[in-house]
Amino acid sequence: MTTLALSKALNEGLRKAMENDPKVLIMGEDVGKLGGVFRITDGLQKDFGEDRVIDTPLAESGIVGTAIGLALRGYRPVCEIQFDGFVFPAVNQIVNQLAKMHYRSRGCISLPVTIRVPCGGGIGAVEHHSESPELLFAHTAGLRVVACADAADAFAMIQQSISCDDPVIFFEPKRRYWDKGEVDVASGVASALPLDRAKVALEGTEVTMLTYGPLVQTCLESAIAAREDGRSIEVIDLRSLSPLDMETIGASVRRTGRCVVAHEAPVFGGFGAEIAARVTEQYFYHLEAPVLRVGGFATPYPPSRLEEHYLPDLDRILDAVDRTLEY
Amino acid sequence: MTVESGGATTTAPNTGAPAAGAPLDRPVPDTRDQAGELIQLLTPEGERIDHPDYPLELTAADLRDLYRDLVLVRRIDTEAISLQRQGELGIWASLLGQEAAQIGSGRALGPDDMVFPTYREHGVAWCRGIDPVKLLELYRGVSHGGWDPKEHRFHLYTIVIGSQTLHATGYAMGIQRDGALGGDRGEAVIVYFGDGATSQGDVNEAFVWASVFNAPVVFFCQNNQWAISEPLEKQSRIPLYQRARGFGFPGLRVDGNDVLACYAVTKKAMQAAREGQGPTFIEAFTYRMGAHTTTDDPTRYRLASELEMWKLKDPIERVRAYLVRTGQAEPEFFADVEAEASKVGADVREACRTMPDPPVLSIFDHVYAEPTAIVRAEREQYAAYLDSFEELGGERR
Repeated sequence: MTTLALSKALNEGLRKAMENDPKVLIMGEDVGKLGGVFRITDGLQKDFGEDRVIDTPLAESGIVGTAIGLALRGYRPVCEIQFDGFVFPAVNQIVNQLAKMHYRSRGCISLPVTIRVPCGGGIGAVEHHSESPELLFAHTAGLRVVACADAADAFAMIQQSISCDDPVIFFEPKRRYWDKGEVDVASGVASALPLDRAKVALEGTEVTMLTYGPLVQTCLESAIAAREDGRSIEVIDLRSLSPLDMETIGASVRRTGRCVVAHEAPVFGGFGAEIAARVTEQYFYHLEAPVLRVGGFATPYPPSRLEEHYLPDLDRILDAVDRTLEY
Repeated sequence: MTVESGGATTTAPNTGAPAAGAPLDRPVPDTRDQAGELIQLLTPEGERIDHPDYPLELTAADLRDLYRDLVLVRRIDTEAISLQRQGELGIWASLLGQEAAQIGSGRALGPDDMVFPTYREHGVAWCRGIDPVKLLELYRGVSHGGWDPKEHRFHLYTIVIGSQTLHATGYAMGIQRDGALGGDRGEAVIVYFGDGATSQGDVNEAFVWASVFNAPVVFFCQNNQWAISEPLEKQSRIPLYQRARGFGFPGLRVDGNDVLACYAVTKKAMQAAREGQGPTFIEAFTYRMGAHTTTDDPTRYRLASELEMWKLKDPIERVRAYLVRTGQAEPEFFADVEAEASKVGADVREACRTMPDPPVLSIFDHVYAEPTAIVRAEREQYAAYLDSFEELGGERR
């Protein structure tokens, strides 16, 4: 085991993927000499060359569109979108082209493209640098949408995403890049949890708390704080939003009878709505309370001096726990 | 204000103010100006002329083959329009008038070259050996694309304008990484798009990428003068081929109704790409003789006289005139081609009318490499729902 920051775990995962498969390419803005604005690709161009770690022109649609072409030629491109808000110029290529090619070609074409997107707020950034656009992609059939939350998952999930034959939108919790965790760098990903499975991050008995990405840590802290009040909360890191691991969710909700979903994206029309609907449809008679949601407001992301109010924190999450226990 | 355009003179209504977007101190340019730039090897009258940069030696058999291609793809197109009118197709995008641009460029490609079409490249598809019936699947609503792109080295039709230019450029970057340039094993990519597409961000990004990476890709723009109802002047203030220079690679304008010129220019550009000399932009100056698609009514936005003028430049008649005048084809040849066209037309008609709908549950196929739990569950639920109707009884599954 090695102690690594989440950002370094991603870097090591990318390195492994490139070592294991010469068809793996990295492409994006500033990913070469600079190593990306978050240094996720640090040192890779030096070791793998400019043909495999490609500094691209500054145009996100171009990054994804040419990645599709490279994938058609047999490559496995890993695109870096510099910030969440910058993914929108590439949405036509992602939604109309990347997501649908396997379907419209009736399986003749696979596009194993991974698109890495640093997501979420909490770093005091200017606007368009703190977005949570995961729902847009989870809503698009043909895409896999995953989010890592800790260093060990970052290391394994990025490799699993790259080797997956489906296109994967890979969300990275940017404010957790510097959080450290234990990573088994020496062993491969064969023993890792499959990419489409959720994991129980903390066991509990009274409330199921479902979350992903940057809020996993916040939810864990909430659960530990709740323990002092004698409350037992189970925290599930969904990891994959599409496909969604309803088995793991169901196993927990059937035991606890209470469910809270937390994400940074706005609650209105958010991923929590999908989970609430499915949990209610499938486990109605196990529920003691309605599924509650905690998330961003139905507003654009606010100026960063106000983001601590927008982002669900320990207290807002515990408030939802209190409300669900009151039923 | 008087605007010179394509030989026609029109007068803008006098509102006392300059038209928006056309300041008085900047003349409205003529994007159709041909001043000595048009590459042509066969005139509309069927006269063979030489061009110093494009020497071309074709045998009589080659010429007859090109003529045959032109006639057959026009017949397939005509049949498809009729099939749409009869309710057999939902829609059809006609290639009428663009046969020479497509056959000339399509026949200039090597077997290992890769093609990225729009939804109108039926002539290029013909050159790549795709059964015309397969083209109808998309327009009948039977599939989103009826062929294996890898088998024919002809990608699926792309509907969203210009998106495929980036795919082509990325594919060309893959050729570079595979070292498949130069010598006998050189490969190149050709991507088709229209005059309207040149306004798309993706197309301009593709130009930047291709230029910066010197990718082996040929941008083949069929300027058919109309983007549905919008004339070229709504897309550009300069002739399109001149744009390439600003991106850093050569741009050419070829007579898009001249199959020989389209062939020669494409052949040379593809060879340059295969040898590692990078991209070329070809503007095939042509005309959309028909409607944008079968849902369109061009009489609402363009003059019949314009169409009449272009009829005189027909891509097929000039080849016929040349073949006849030079004695390279006998009357029997033309009769044979006509008979073959009738047979192809009848075959397409029959195959379209008897084309079955896909099985209902194929809706759920190929969303992912392996079906996910949700896709699987929805498939099972819908199958059970269908089974609940006795009259369906799962027959069509």
